[in-house]
Amino acid sequence: MNESTPSVPPVTEGTRLDPWLNSYAARAHRMRASEIRALFAVASRPEVVSLAGGMPFIGGLPLGDIGEMMRRIVAERGAVALQYGSGQGDEYLREQITQVMALEGIAAHPDDVVVTTGSQQGLDIVTNIFIDPGDVIVAEAPSYVGALGVFRAREADVVHVPMDADGLVPAALEETLVALKAAGRRVKFLYTVPNYHNPAGVTLSAERRPQIVDICHRHGVLILEDNPYGLLGFDREPLPALRSLSPEGVIYLGSFSKTFAPGFRVGWAVAPHAVREKLVLASEAAILSPSNMSQMAISAYLDHFDWQGQIKAFREQYRDRRDAMISALQEFIPSATWNVPDGGFYVWVKLPEGLDAKSMLPRAVTARVAYVAGTAFFMDGSGANYMRLSYCYPTPERIREGVKRLATVVDAELETVRIFGAAASASEASVDFPSPDLA
Amino acid sequence: MDVMILAGGLSHERDVSLRSGRRVLDSLRDLGDNVSLNDVDADLIPSLRSLDVDVVWPIVHGASGEDGSLQGLLEMLGVAYVGTAAKEARVAWIKPVAKAVLARAGIATPDFVTLPQSLFREAGAEHVLAALAERFGLPVVVKPASGGSALGVTLVTKPDDLAHALVHCFAYGDIALIERAVTGTEVAVSVLGEGDSARTLPGVEIVCDGPYDYDARYNPGRVEYFAPARLSPQMADAVANTALATHRELGLRDLSRIDVIVAEDGTVNVLDVNVVPGLTEVSLFPQAVAAAGLELGQLYREILAGAVARGAA
Repeated sequence: MNESTPSVPPVTEGTRLDPWLNSYAARAHRMRASEIRALFAVASRPEVVSLAGGMPFIGGLPLGDIGEMMRRIVAERGAVALQYGSGQGDEYLREQITQVMALEGIAAHPDDVVVTTGSQQGLDIVTNIFIDPGDVIVAEAPSYVGALGVFRAREADVVHVPMDADGLVPAALEETLVALKAAGRRVKFLYTVPNYHNPAGVTLSAERRPQIVDICHRHGVLILEDNPYGLLGFDREPLPALRSLSPEGVIYLGSFSKTFAPGFRVGWAVAPHAVREKLVLASEAAILSPSNMSQMAISAYLDHFDWQGQIKAFREQYRDRRDAMISALQEFIPSATWNVPDGGFYVWVKLPEGLDAKSMLPRAVTARVAYVAGTAFFMDGSGANYMRLSYCYPTPERIREGVKRLATVVDAELETVRIFGAAASASEASVDFPSPDLA
Repeated sequence: MDVMILAGGLSHERDVSLRSGRRVLDSLRDLGDNVSLNDVDADLIPSLRSLDVDVVWPIVHGASGEDGSLQGLLEMLGVAYVGTAAKEARVAWIKPVAKAVLARAGIATPDFVTLPQSLFREAGAEHVLAALAERFGLPVVVKPASGGSALGVTLVTKPDDLAHALVHCFAYGDIALIERAVTGTEVAVSVLGEGDSARTLPGVEIVCDGPYDYDARYNPGRVEYFAPARLSPQMADAVANTALATHRELGLRDLSRIDVIVAEDGTVNVLDVNVVPGLTEVSLFPQAVAAAGLELGQLYREILAGAVARGAA
């Protein structure tokens, strides 16, 4: 039997499987399903050593005790925990947050704190209230992929400023701001991750911090300081936050995702008074209120657990993993170069000349190892010969195995480049939308 | 009916496979079947031995799911399963082999050459690229010799892009298939059954504002589908007959999707053969089922019942 017979009525109109195709905002049409995102589906399998995601080592937490803590919250204060809460966030947690920030030299009043659904929402509401389409945001080169996703969604124009081993280069920042002003561009803020940068792994030196604050102050540019990793230094005490140097010139974003657990999705923003009011309104418009349950869990954790001791334990675990990654890179991929981070989660690797990390990713997935290609951290398509390797999640043994596999991928890719030339190996300059795998 | 769907796997198409598997699971559960969804991992064989399933439906795309490996394993275990048998899947999976089989049977398929990366090294990339340009001209399609979902596939329209397309292809596999690009009407034909009793569903015509690549396939909106395809009755029959002949010649079973292009001169060229066609919400097979006026879950049930009746290999 043949069911495609002439008896079937002719079709004059096709379907695009999306009845709302003509209704989307222009920016939605730029959203694409990429091959790269699809490849990350494999990274979740245990056979694959994922050096891609910035997932904290949750296995290091006392999960049984935390489970009991959660049970008690629901049993004893469920009527509050499971109800809507305040748009600005729970007052008691905001007070605790000021104590956490004091460790990095920030003196803030609980009224200045806005609790957010992860600092990712903080990024979104700050961008929402400051950015009109086409406004300029200055950001480090490279910059956090999740922030770039927010900036793109709000149609900002991101201009990157280089970093070196001491973080953002003040002279380059000055030069960029002068050039943008001369070009009549409107710079709304500098976005920076000063501590254990994601993805570059570097920290803005103590000497440069006042210089950066001063440059932005002179140019009338607000600073958005994103600091999820500040307490995760391996060998030193936290450096003073930019916010501590300029309370009126800096919006500060903090997070419990890396120091405790990202599953609660609790972060915060601290902003000058007038800005804070707008942030609360923007947050309420988006989410009404952050989760009471999550906030109460964080509060209870801060009250009843040795959270500073836990951070110390995390640091030691992460230092061991960093050591494993650096020694594996030295042993297996000596032709690459990299920084040695002294905190945080990431090593930023520069591949041998001619290699393109994005082009190479399918081969890596075949070899059962995953990473994030450097282009994800730029808005201008650069960074092709870089990759970000995360050491936070896999054990030291798995890290070693992952880097060993990566070395075979690098060798195979070098062979392809030798055959076809570096120009043919370059991936198309494009910007990928971030997914939670890349946070 | 107790059914185990296998989806996921470790190929580049894991994501698509999981989406397909979940769709089939939902359709069957709606009909009251007892269905489980399993990945292909170390738990698979113990699960198959401990659970008393009537039939397994492997919906694993990419290598190991479509190359006959998984089918071979199921045959070894004596489990009834849906789809093409191991040996035939192996032949269909290797595109140049399948194309050679079809060409020998008189079924048109675009002119092609198969080249491993090592040959470019040995013979000199510059010389091989020049020979390719001379032999095929442009445009050509460069694709991995095995694989699906258009991963690693490039339509090359400019001479300078050929090397880049090959590098992209070799990231997915060591062997490239370079074929002459045929312009015309692209139609995907889903085929059910096997041998003499095989039958086609209405062809789905694909009209894309660029290459029918990964993004176009899985990001609804870029592609306009016409089901049934806008072909004359005679041409629709020719397309259906080509798909049927392909399905039979390669010994495919239960369901397949044969992608063809009707050239301007009316020749029906087979572009690709899919032993495990995508069954996601935006895939072509469910669209063909709808165009035939059939109910998806009911059809899946019939396919499963056929596999149960056939029993283990």
